[in-house]
Amino acid sequence: MIVREVVEKLGLQVVAGSAALNREITGGYAADLLSCVMARAKPGNVWVTLQAHPNVIAVAVLLELAAVIVTENAPIAAEVAAKAEAEKLVVLATPCTTFAIVTELARLGVAAQE
Amino acid sequence: MIIRADLHIHTALSPCAEVEMLPPLIVERALEQRLDLIAITDHNSSANVQAVMDAARDTGLKVWAGMEFQTREEVHTLCLFDTVRQLRALQAVLELALPHLPNNPAKLGEQFIVDAQGDFLAREERLLLVSAGTALESLIREVNALGGMAIPAHIDRAENGLIPLLGFVPPDLPVPALEISRHISASEARARFHIPAHYALTRASDAHWLDAIGNAITELDFTGTRSVANVACALREGRYALRTT
Repeated sequence: MIVREVVEKLGLQVVAGSAALNREITGGYAADLLSCVMARAKPGNVWVTLQAHPNVIAVAVLLELAAVIVTENAPIAAEVAAKAEAEKLVVLATPCTTFAIVTELARLGVAAQE
Repeated sequence: MIIRADLHIHTALSPCAEVEMLPPLIVERALEQRLDLIAITDHNSSANVQAVMDAARDTGLKVWAGMEFQTREEVHTLCLFDTVRQLRALQAVLELALPHLPNNPAKLGEQFIVDAQGDFLAREERLLLVSAGTALESLIREVNALGGMAIPAHIDRAENGLIPLLGFVPPDLPVPALEISRHISASEARARFHIPAHYALTRASDAHWLDAIGNAITELDFTGTRSVANVACALREGRYALRTT
């Protein structure tokens, strides 16, 4: 499954990184503690979180994640979006909760990677 | 001149603090601990600061106007000022970003507003221990614009510490220092969390009861008034040491 399919099926807003929408998704991870994400998320994962701090972008780039989905309309600052764009990182936004998005991702076949 | 500073102390206004955290008792304990400077830092509120300042009048103890603010990211951050006026200006700016949830004293603890004698004035009805809508960087900008100093609190702590929440210290936060808990040494913290050298590391008691006041402090070496500017300068120039008892 590629990022673009998730965007279309879940009706997500593309905030940054539209050039990288054909990236393959390897699995999913959800957490709001960035220290946990750094320890557990895998390359190519889609990360679902409420956090929109600039460090989110740095962590996602470091781990080579496929996309970040920011839930519950958490405000994404312009500089955060710009940083993601510069790094060609897909950042997606949704009014839905993390739980709802994870449920939908699971339905599409995106799984946890242990 | 060595200034013994405890820059993170709660009063009975914080729901998690003991009711004994009353202005005259806080001042008495701070003097017993030979502290020269303290900051009153209740969660998201400035309401008891003036009372502690009044209680410390003519005692030789300097009291800063502070607040421990919980940002959108849930990072606890000390906002420190010389005057109540600056702190109230910050409170006014942040007011709209604070959610209006009622406190449940039976479950979460009482939030007492008191006078300089420690006598009851009012209950803060709004729950204080919550995240505001203000992002960390926005908060720091506001604090700096008002002439204050921001210090992310207990960055290594699992609850509301910057490191667990944000993974690492952003390299360019406009703060002079980061507070570490008593559970880690400065050199350990620097090595484990890759803390950039330009940040000083402070320690404070984060006192929620009287006996804790002064049990973890930062000693600062400077001359002149015990102002935010002088302390920030001492921190930036490395003229400080951490003490724990």
